Amino acid sequence: MAENKQPPTMQISEKRRELLKTSVRAAGALGITWLALDTAAESAAGAEPQALRPPGALDESSFLSACVRCGLCVRACPYDILSLATLDGPAELGTPYFVAREDPCRMCKNIPCAKACPTGALDSGMTEIKEADMGVAVLVGHETCLNYKGLNCSICFRVCPVRGEAITLQPHTIDGKQRIIPTVHSDACTGCGTCEKHCVIKEAAIRVLPRPLGLGEAGRNPSGRTG
Amino acid sequence: MNESVKPIAKAQKKERTGWHSWRWLLARRTAQIGLLFIFLTGPWLGWRIVQGNFASSEWFATVNLSDPYIMLQSLLAGHMLSTSALTGAGLIILFYLLVGGRSYCSWLCPVNIVTDAALWLRDRLGIKRDRAFNKQTRLVILIASLLASVTTSVIAWEIINPVTLLQRGLIFGMGMGWTVILGIFLFDLLITRHGWCGYLCPVGAFYGIIGRFSRLRIKAVHRDACEQCGACLRKCPEPHVIGPALRGNDNSFVVSGDCINCGACIDHCPNDVFELHFRPLAWPTADHSMTEKTPR
Repeated sequence: MAENKQPPTMQISEKRRELLKTSVRAAGALGITWLALDTAAESAAGAEPQALRPPGALDESSFLSACVRCGLCVRACPYDILSLATLDGPAELGTPYFVAREDPCRMCKNIPCAKACPTGALDSGMTEIKEADMGVAVLVGHETCLNYKGLNCSICFRVCPVRGEAITLQPHTIDGKQRIIPTVHSDACTGCGTCEKHCVIKEAAIRVLPRPLGLGEAGRNPSGRTG
Repeated sequence: MNESVKPIAKAQKKERTGWHSWRWLLARRTAQIGLLFIFLTGPWLGWRIVQGNFASSEWFATVNLSDPYIMLQSLLAGHMLSTSALTGAGLIILFYLLVGGRSYCSWLCPVNIVTDAALWLRDRLGIKRDRAFNKQTRLVILIASLLASVTTSVIAWEIINPVTLLQRGLIFGMGMGWTVILGIFLFDLLITRHGWCGYLCPVGAFYGIIGRFSRLRIKAVHRDACEQCGACLRKCPEPHVIGPALRGNDNSFVVSGDCINCGACIDHCPNDVFELHFRPLAWPTADHSMTEKTPR
């Protein structure tokens, strides 16, 4: 770097000047490539996760530092529900996900997918599948859910593998009428997606979302009033 | 393409033809396609030989092998890898220290099949346009990917890495990934000869660093028989590595980590100058700029 300060006199040999030129050029190229990769990786990590991860997955930002996209979890799943995201997929390129409406997690007791993970992106030490946090079910279709319409469909409640804990039926008065409403308890819900899979209407009224998307959080809105 | 540029009288140049000039190429293709097939026996036939892909795989449900470049990025991104992944990466490094770092490129990497196809078509169509880059560009991209892994806590190169994209796509489903591969094919075909592998791919650059210290190397054993016909230089994807072996004072090994051990020089030399040999553990290297390990 000392050469930088010197005026371009004859003292600097041709060779040295050439070296300086190439190193400046290399540094520039490095900076640009770094910036490009940094921006791309940042936007990948910063994007709100849309896809459901296999059980035991680290939270999304740590997951992208750990998942090498090898697909060993995909192969380990006995129900073949997992896929690796393609370029146009719902998750970052090559990372594993499943689509609840197509094929929900069956919550295997021995959690083979997490055990198969070689890097720790999925917690291979997890012993209790009920502690999994793949997402959380949210009853989104208040206008379409049959229970809201006064029927006792309740299929989501009946298929839930964490029966009676993750979804309960609560009596509510809606438009002055008594209704039995399926109600999700986020602390017990594993996000397996069985409810979404079995919802009887054309587009599921209950859906599993990644937890940050599916849940609110108490406290002051950081982008709201600052007073 | 450019008709003003006439091909230099190639007919007079010597080089071996016939099936003898295909032996190493055939062996490489067999290895590349064979390995892919072994990976595919899992999803296709349900055999449990190997699960996973090049990023990380499990062989016979016991041994893990992992890509050291991806594992390094993961470590730099701040993730403490499990021992099985670290051991797997160590085994791969040892393997390539033995057989030559960039043997990965020519014997395993599926993108090599794509870029070789582009090269074949380029020569067939007589496309002369060749926008050259600095050979160190891939090293710059390699370093940038490591830096970006640190700054973003994401395994940075895996956002786009065409090598794993293609291999993973073939085993797990390609989706729109073929567009990236097509892009590389067209780049190699229309813009730069050996463009992707020769200048840009950081995976090759990483294995090239291992290659500087690796044992199995091309050797110009019978360099006295060299007639300077240039067949090796025309066929070699990294022609700058051959000169020191043919004319260097210190030894007749190809020492540069850039050599991909593809055997094209062995295939095409009409005088059988080249052979594949294990290089001795300690030796004076002809390439001081590359291995500045020992003080002179």
